[in-house]
Amino acid sequence: MRRLVVYMLLVLFALLCLVPIAWLVASAFKANADFHVYPVVPPVDRLTLANFTSLFTQMPFLRFMMNSFFVAGATVILQLFFSSLGGFALAKYDFAGKKAVMGVMLATMMIPGPVLLAPMYELIYHMGLIDSHLGLIVPGMVNVFGMFLFRQSMLSVPDEMLQAARIDGCNEFQIFWHVVMPVSRPIVGAFCLIAFMGTWNSFLWPQIILQSSDRFTLPIGLNQMIGVYEADYGAMMAGTLLAVLPVVVLFFLLQKEFIAGLTKGAVKG
Amino acid sequence: MPLRTARTAPYLFLAPFVLSFLIFGAYPIIRSVMLSFYITSGPEAQHFVGLDNYLHLLQDPDFWTAVRNTATFALGSVLLQLPLSLGLALLLNRADIRGRNVFRFIFFSPNLMGLVFSALLFMLILAPRFGLLNAALHALFGLPSTTRWLSTPSLVMPALIMVALWLYTGFNMVYFLAALQAVDGELYEAATIDGAGRWAQFWHVTLPGIRPVLIFVVVLSTIGSFQLFELAFLLLGNSSGPDQAGLTIVMYLYQNGFLGGDLGYAAAIGWTLALMVLLLALVQLRITGTGKEAR
Repeated sequence: MRRLVVYMLLVLFALLCLVPIAWLVASAFKANADFHVYPVVPPVDRLTLANFTSLFTQMPFLRFMMNSFFVAGATVILQLFFSSLGGFALAKYDFAGKKAVMGVMLATMMIPGPVLLAPMYELIYHMGLIDSHLGLIVPGMVNVFGMFLFRQSMLSVPDEMLQAARIDGCNEFQIFWHVVMPVSRPIVGAFCLIAFMGTWNSFLWPQIILQSSDRFTLPIGLNQMIGVYEADYGAMMAGTLLAVLPVVVLFFLLQKEFIAGLTKGAVKG
Repeated sequence: MPLRTARTAPYLFLAPFVLSFLIFGAYPIIRSVMLSFYITSGPEAQHFVGLDNYLHLLQDPDFWTAVRNTATFALGSVLLQLPLSLGLALLLNRADIRGRNVFRFIFFSPNLMGLVFSALLFMLILAPRFGLLNAALHALFGLPSTTRWLSTPSLVMPALIMVALWLYTGFNMVYFLAALQAVDGELYEAATIDGAGRWAQFWHVTLPGIRPVLIFVVVLSTIGSFQLFELAFLLLGNSSGPDQAGLTIVMYLYQNGFLGGDLGYAAAIGWTLALMVLLLALVQLRITGTGKEAR
């Protein structure tokens, strides 16, 4: 009896989570005229692909998507390389200044991001990168959280393994690349997903930096579309649905690693 | 030879990270402090005013509106989200529940949408007449389907809190569930033998067991809520809603710095926000830290 109540509560909440998403999917296939007629789901024979067609033929949606992929891809690769290499150095070597480096980085993690908006804008302006994708990618290279994530996970790589590779004639970078990175695959997966989601969904900074519509990323582009193509609800929902898909696909590929990576830092707390 | 490379190697490995950190992490922080002492008009024209930005901020009614709105949002979200997240985690953690991973995935799924795309979706869900929310409230409770959630001042914050609730409850639940699963089962057995009821077990075994995660989530949720921007901006636009009902601190920073061009004032708003967040976190740590150390 009690168990039944528990299940009912769980199912109720599951519905609350899923219904908006289901509505998004339904609306993506809903003709604009039907929004006012069928607030929930229209009959199956009224569903249409017109929204998707107009996204690609009448709106620069494909352009936004390519821009987003380029910016997110470049940012994730740069972050991955810098953070993992730095995390490796902090995890597996003793050297003068190590404590200081870690202390300073931890301290800056406490400062909320919005503090940096004004000086960062000034900096990017002087670098001549306003309204460019580089203006998004370059300041996005640094991921302090990611570096600590890698350090934490690489601490558990046994020193004997590194020593053995050294005896086999590997130089230090080869050790990192051929020994440590392969055994860190789960954390690499988790990091890539977290970093990708962060960049893919990034809004405030691109909103400040980007001005020309042919450089817009998806969040900026879709939001702008609302103003330009007012009342084209169907296309908006179709665009939102397509914009979310890459994250969903990546999540299914990496979900095991992701949940582990998400909770790792916390449980250690 | 290998020893020498091993000595220089860590510096070489850290160099790219530290270099970019110095330029895009450390320098902007220092520069931000300096900027907050200037009135600027875009990045070129700057005029030193000392502490005037901060003094002006303290008397700026719009800033206090933003603080009030943001605090309302933070309080509302934390007080609703976290108990709900913990409750769901407790339900899912029961031994007799099947399909735990499926439920966990479903509860987490709004998070995959991300903040921005969820905001775009809820723009239509909250719309009067054809929005899902009004349609549901009308069908279930007979409420009017014309409620204008985003243009009625008193409804703006509840609407934002509701979207955040949808978005983050499952996310926090993942943390709580992981923490609950890490609590030593023997402690519960011992408690049962000692005759502790459900409530006593929750109070004396569960809560102390998940305390680090609980504090982590409370502090992080508060910090995150105080930086509310995207949700309000996307749903309400530049104008920050009717009667500025959706004006948040970061939105005010954005308006001043990037629509008005005063980077100095924006920096001052940023540091004031940083100070508020820091104080709140310290208070929370103090309250939770001195609580129950005894086991």
